[in-house]
Amino acid sequence: MSSRNSLPLLAFATAGLLGLAVVLALLVAPEDADQGISQRIFYFHVPIALTAYACFGLGAFKALRLLVVGGERRDLESYTWIHQGTIFGALTLITGSIWAKASWGVWWSWGSNQLVLFLVLFLFYCAYFMLRFSIEEGSRRERICAVYALFGVALIPVSFFAIRLASDFIHPTVFTSNGPQMTGTMFGAFLVCWAAITLLAYLMYRVELVGKRTDANLRELREALS
Amino acid sequence: MSQGQYVALAYGVVFVFVLLWVAIIAAKLARLERETGELVELARSRRADG
Repeated sequence: MSSRNSLPLLAFATAGLLGLAVVLALLVAPEDADQGISQRIFYFHVPIALTAYACFGLGAFKALRLLVVGGERRDLESYTWIHQGTIFGALTLITGSIWAKASWGVWWSWGSNQLVLFLVLFLFYCAYFMLRFSIEEGSRRERICAVYALFGVALIPVSFFAIRLASDFIHPTVFTSNGPQMTGTMFGAFLVCWAAITLLAYLMYRVELVGKRTDANLRELREALS
Repeated sequence: MSQGQYVALAYGVVFVFVLLWVAIIAAKLARLERETGELVELARSRRADG
């Protein structure tokens, strides 16, 4: 089966897993004793945030491969992963903000290093697009964008571990050195949600990549015919 | 707003984002189809011209 033919299968698998994830998160997982029903936002908010980190990381990895090995396709792959990262990054900020309002009574807290550092990471990668579209297409743009994407990856561990490095925040820590601080059913639901969101990001990446490649091929064909 | 409404809002935002993405991809697909059609017309006219 070719990679393009596997897309419908991937789409059906993603839809099925997302449906299961919603059922587990909203109906099966027990209600949290501390936060009550608002804790159910966790099942989508945390996987979305982890997926955003993964997308930015993969974008940087493709950028590194471009700088080391070269190849126009890696530039497109890096760009597409970073685009996915910003989509999931925006979703992380929005769902996190809703959860903050439900749990803490505020939409945003500048005192939480975790939130602020994630916002910095998100804005850094938003600026990637401004940089990309301000440079003429070609190998120079590919290299400059790759270097920028690589710089951003340094912010990922800082943002991820900020929750453990700082002490003046209100963002909860669920995963500690003693393991996940939740019941087995909750953890199972979380893992399914994580798998579903990861699969969704991969599906979106693949679809966007096909679109961008087709776009590039059509442009080349138009130039050849004109 | 109640806690349940905040949960519904969070899940609703994710759903709307995915729908928006599908709409954007659908628009792009329509544009690619139109452009492919134009190129096919161009290729046919070239062939007819010899």
